[in-house]
Amino acid sequence: MIVFKNVRQVIAAATVCALPQVQAQTLSVDVELPRLSVAEYHKPYVAVWVAKENNQIAAHLAVLYDVEMSGGKGEKWLKDMRQWWRRGGRNLDFPMDGVTGATKGPGTHNLTFASQLSDLAAGNYRLMVEAAREVGGRELIEIPFTWPAKNAVSERVSGSEELGSVALSIEP
Amino acid sequence: MRFKKIASLALLAGVITSSINSHAHRAWLLPASTTLSGESPWVGIDAAVSNDVFHADYHALGLGGVTVTGPKGESVEMHNQAEGKHRSIFDLNLTEEGTYKIAIAMAGLSASWETEDGERRRWPGRGQRPDPAKFDSEVPKEAKNLKVTQSSRRIETFVTAGAPSDDVLAATGVGLELVPVTHPNDLYQGEAAEFRFLIDGKPAKGVEVTILPGGMRYRSSQDAIEVKSDKKGLISVEWPIAGMYFIEAEYADDKAKKPATSRAGTYFATVEVLPQ
Repeated sequence: MIVFKNVRQVIAAATVCALPQVQAQTLSVDVELPRLSVAEYHKPYVAVWVAKENNQIAAHLAVLYDVEMSGGKGEKWLKDMRQWWRRGGRNLDFPMDGVTGATKGPGTHNLTFASQLSDLAAGNYRLMVEAAREVGGRELIEIPFTWPAKNAVSERVSGSEELGSVALSIEP
Repeated sequence: MRFKKIASLALLAGVITSSINSHAHRAWLLPASTTLSGESPWVGIDAAVSNDVFHADYHALGLGGVTVTGPKGESVEMHNQAEGKHRSIFDLNLTEEGTYKIAIAMAGLSASWETEDGERRRWPGRGQRPDPAKFDSEVPKEAKNLKVTQSSRRIETFVTAGAPSDDVLAATGVGLELVPVTHPNDLYQGEAAEFRFLIDGKPAKGVEVTILPGGMRYRSSQDAIEVKSDKKGLISVEWPIAGMYFIEAEYADDKAKKPATSRAGTYFATVEVLPQ
């Protein structure tokens, strides 16, 4: 919940104050978290980021974890999103305004980003979505894209374990 | 004297002479995790001596000589120390973000010679702790086949809270040491890592390095990766699978400081390789 609220606030703020020559493009991600019939289900930790061609992180978009656990205890398992942790998650302080939020249950969740990408240089990138679940598995999905988009982009990749369908769309 | 101070730390020093060039048993420090996140995480460490690495089934490794150094160079407290039959344990609370080094290091002189009657002698005697102050009085200046060796032995592992840091990885300049080019808590399956070996602070050429993946009990061969350091002391390793690995390295030459006639060093480390 927090993520969406913050993101909207940020987008609202961005539209008010940042109106240079070009209108910022919007990147929208639909992340499906599958319903799993397992004896012990915990909502997965999910990280969404933009990777450069050299794997460095260009932008952290969302990190869903147990933000509500007292004393920051939920941060203990952030490292289980191991690709994200390695590439830059480990350099952050948590929670992170506008990026971190609570975990989500099964279903499709839409996340929309604009202001987070206002500084993104033109080039080729990959949208990365990584999920890790307590007593479950871990999965990483990548969707390449070019920024900024000339035409509307709509790409979809399906996961097999911890992620269902992940869709990326960019509105120029 | 620096040398004396190091030797006095050498609680296992009696083992120095017998362990050099001996593959019989491996001494290891095994952290439960090497990459940690969250506020002041805790990590448990096992210390043992065994043939199959990371299967504690032979002898506990004494904790008396263990030093733990934090990211800012500070000494870190070892909690819940206990010595079991086959392994010792302790816990660390990683209150600072960065990389910690857990090490047992010793260095000192050893000697062997023959008496006039042809009887072989050694210093320190088997199972004895060497007292560097007594070297001059207990080892003859001239004797048949007198060999004085400057030995070092170092056992290490590394753990990181948050992002890895480099300060703790600096060499001490004593004995055989590994200086990472690739950070030891940033190793991944299918990628190559580079390490540099130093002897008394200088690049060590021709170090014989054996790298063993853990889980030895569950396969039929050692599956050792064997490499030799180049003239810059460098080795490169590509990790075939994710898991814990044991690095053992040996070095010897005759460029010793007097009264030593040769120098020898062994280095052991445990590192974790993560999956992609």
